[in-house]
Amino acid sequence: MDTSVSIRRLGVAAGRAPLLKDITVDIPAGKIVGLLGPSGAGKTTLMRAIVGRQRLTSGEVSVLGQPAGSARIRRRIGYMTQGLSVYTDLTVQENLRYFAAMLGVGRQEAGRVIAEVDLAAQSRQLVRTLSGGQKSRVSLAAALLGRPDLLVLDEPTVGVDPVLRQQLWHLFRELAGQGKTLIVSSHVMDEASRCDDLILIRQGSVLAHGAPQTLCRQTGARDVEGAFLKLVETPA
Amino acid sequence: MSPRRTLATAARVLRQLRHDRRTLGLIFFVPCLLLIVVRYVFDGQQEVFDSFAPLVLGIFPLTVMFLVSSIATLRERTTGTLDRLMTMPIAKLDFILGYALAFSVVALVQAGLASAVVLGLLRVPVAGGTALVLIGAVLAAILGTAFGLFVSAFAATEFQAVQFMPAFIFPQLLTCGLFVARDHMEKVVQWFADVMPMTYSVDALKQITLHSGWSGTLARDFAVVTGYALAVLVLGAVTIRRRD
Repeated sequence: MDTSVSIRRLGVAAGRAPLLKDITVDIPAGKIVGLLGPSGAGKTTLMRAIVGRQRLTSGEVSVLGQPAGSARIRRRIGYMTQGLSVYTDLTVQENLRYFAAMLGVGRQEAGRVIAEVDLAAQSRQLVRTLSGGQKSRVSLAAALLGRPDLLVLDEPTVGVDPVLRQQLWHLFRELAGQGKTLIVSSHVMDEASRCDDLILIRQGSVLAHGAPQTLCRQTGARDVEGAFLKLVETPA
Repeated sequence: MSPRRTLATAARVLRQLRHDRRTLGLIFFVPCLLLIVVRYVFDGQQEVFDSFAPLVLGIFPLTVMFLVSSIATLRERTTGTLDRLMTMPIAKLDFILGYALAFSVVALVQAGLASAVVLGLLRVPVAGGTALVLIGAVLAAILGTAFGLFVSAFAATEFQAVQFMPAFIFPQLLTCGLFVARDHMEKVVQWFADVMPMTYSVDALKQITLHSGWSGTLARDFAVVTGYALAVLVLGAVTIRRRD
């Protein structure tokens, strides 16, 4: 099985406070990997390290066979930050055409991703006039530009209604079927069962890593939320 | 670096402004209105106004573009759009030059309108002609943009960013020779004025007002302003980090 992201003894600190501690993890290609943990656990920092936006204190992160952040792989990574990270004073179409130009992909690619996140009817609307869920879909669309091999999505379903959430997860599954790797963070535990692989993190360390069923079996819990709580209680 | 990405960034910045008509209106018409007010402040002192008004044409674009660009790039930093861009294959200079280019276009329109008021409506005689006035104003705007981009790196909030205006622009405004001739100032203040770029931006417009055509002094003024602007743009690019 191909490895998409390989993290070795990664440490990140902000000043003296450690954000990530000695993380070693391999993420296989073609899977949906859920990054779960309470807020402040280090999910966003880990994602930033993978896309190459985070300064590392120690360890190595290699992505698609290159050191994270290399110019060569920038075109092959789609990153959706937790903030909106689109221009609210531009229309949906203007946003995506601009990001498409930055990636060097054509204008029709902007149209394709707008349709993919179901915003064709809003494409000429200013982003600031959209609802919260629509806004985050614009941000997701930007991450999908250029059909990247690795998608790093920081809480992509926040503020999205259940019907659309279902659709987005169908889309994620379809992308994984095409061999893309998806790293999806969430603090909604019920989304965890939709992932192939889960990484539970807490206070900057990996608490557990495995398939949802495996984690439940190991802990004897009925669901991932239960497994997480059991793992937290178990002294290391 | 890629010219295509620089141009796309400039076009994007202009599109953002186009959707914000009120900001554009303020950028374009406030200088015109103020110049008309200044004309009546100096009512009956036509000569004073005639030597003062063209210099103001260099100060408006510098100040306005400083403010607009520092807030605009601060927004890129705080909303996460810069995060996204830095994971994409865009060079930091594409980003910075895109902004500089976009604001130069805005400054050209602003300077065009303000010059029309000064030269046309208020009939201020400028020996050097309209073209040189516009060049002087656009160079001042690029300088303002460059400094705005640069200082935004040192501001964590909009409140801090707007405070850089009195901290950074006002000292230059007081010492650039607009209100008092520089050789009447105290030595240390003169030295300060000698190294600050607004001095040269204002002096350029003074030269254009008094003399027709090029002179050694005007060429020096333009060279200093351009050099400063380019150096600060590069410094601005350095403050953007791929990794934070």
